[in-house]
Amino acid sequence: MDRGPDLLRPYVAIVSARFRMLLQYRAAALAGLWTQIFFGFVILSIYEAFYRSSAAEQPMTFRQIASYVWLGQALLAMLPWNADDDVRAMVRTGAVAYELCRPIDLYGLWFARAIARRTAPTVLRAVPMCLIASIGLPLLGLDEWRLAPPPALASAVAFGLALVCTLLLGCALSTLVNISMLWTIGGEGTVILMTALVTFLSGMIVPLPLFPDWAQPIVRALPFAGLVDLPFRLFTGHIGPGEVPGVLLHQLAWTLALVILGRSLLSRGLKRIVVQGG
Amino acid sequence: MSALRLYLRYVSISLRGQLEYRASFLIQTAGIFLVTGLEFAGIWVLFARFGQIGGWTLAEVAFFYGMISITWSISDAFGRGFDVFGNMVKYGEFDRLLLRPRSTVLQLFGHELTLRRAGRLAQGAAVLAFAVHTLAIPWSAGRVALLVLAIACGVCLFIGVVVLEATSAFWTTEGLEFWNAFTYGGVSMSQYPIAIYRPWFRQFFTFVIPLACVNYLPGVAILGRPDPLGTPVVIQWVAPLAGPLFLLVSFQVWTVGVRHYQSTGS
Repeated sequence: MDRGPDLLRPYVAIVSARFRMLLQYRAAALAGLWTQIFFGFVILSIYEAFYRSSAAEQPMTFRQIASYVWLGQALLAMLPWNADDDVRAMVRTGAVAYELCRPIDLYGLWFARAIARRTAPTVLRAVPMCLIASIGLPLLGLDEWRLAPPPALASAVAFGLALVCTLLLGCALSTLVNISMLWTIGGEGTVILMTALVTFLSGMIVPLPLFPDWAQPIVRALPFAGLVDLPFRLFTGHIGPGEVPGVLLHQLAWTLALVILGRSLLSRGLKRIVVQGG
Repeated sequence: MSALRLYLRYVSISLRGQLEYRASFLIQTAGIFLVTGLEFAGIWVLFARFGQIGGWTLAEVAFFYGMISITWSISDAFGRGFDVFGNMVKYGEFDRLLLRPRSTVLQLFGHELTLRRAGRLAQGAAVLAFAVHTLAIPWSAGRVALLVLAIACGVCLFIGVVVLEATSAFWTTEGLEFWNAFTYGGVSMSQYPIAIYRPWFRQFFTFVIPLACVNYLPGVAILGRPDPLGTPVVIQWVAPLAGPLFLLVSFQVWTVGVRHYQSTGS
């Protein structure tokens, strides 16, 4: 039973090669960091003005919103916004045929690539972003705007667990979009639809607890809540760490469903794929 | 051939090229309409919770939102050549432009007139129409003219920013995302009346990158509502001229950049 590492080795190699490639672009990362801090400022200015405009009790406090927004800016690159450009190019040019020649499972290959694509840029951006948002802002006198640490160690652990599942869920979604390109080639329609659904229903545009009460059960049940809203609320303590099993179950059940759907679509797509020679 | 006729030639070629992919164009337009529509739905969600923002209603915010979306989508369509300029420098393609006996600015404007921005334009127009329908704006010929002027001047301002972005590519082709804070970030910022922001933030977008001059100030004048910041009405009417002024300065900086250019040689 010593075959485990051998089986995993190609996937590990793929992840680490991508990781090293993406880490080369430091200036771009710095510019991206600046842009995201700027967006964070704009978003929090708007929330601050909204919170000052209403005396009514809100489902989240302004401080919780601040942490939620900074986490969102820090982990932006982890969201499945998009299909992978390289897969798109492969399908268009026919290079996808080479992928079929590799002696590894194609779904696993694309999934591993998706993981690498989401973790490397995220690590690069999240660490400085969190430092600035949690330590830098109070120094600027913006204590209310800072990324506050989780209220308890248990919340931090719960967030960590949920974040791993967020990664898997996000990769299952983006791999599904990649696979859909076997039918649509350009993939423009599916990609735009996906971006719209992901940004709006994950809580990236507006935190889900602020949605109207009638919409709450719907947005909470959909897979997108597991990408942003559920882990972030575990972090801020808006959801207690005791509720982590339910969150993980939500994320993993959706991941499993999306993987099964993706695999069956892929095998159907590959049966009808035609690659032009030359 | 005059510069204008040459430009129109460029535009017609670009448009015909893009219309070859009609289905793709329609899908993208519809898609962007949907994405930006959901962005506005986010604003609606917040108003449903909080009721108002610093004394401004949803319809008033929609007015500023519509104005800036229209402005940005037009600028983005015209300024596309400058937007992709970083890659031109990286691959040495700018040399080709320098060899032609025409101004580089004209050629870059002619690079593409991007049709895909139509989705954003339509969404901005729809939001603006909602605002105009809901608000009782005391329309007059002057106010209509001010609206058109503000949008035109805003286009100048955004193109000015994109020209600066392109100019910075003469020094570094990496990190051009830095400018996104002023383009995309500027759009997000301008969707709400600037009065809600902190003073240093407002001052930056009034005096350094004068977005407030082409959106908020004329917007307040059109709405016919007293400005909580207390700017005189005369200022609100002439403020948009800061846009073309900014563009002129950007072109000067661009000329300096072109003189500084050294090809990659590839």
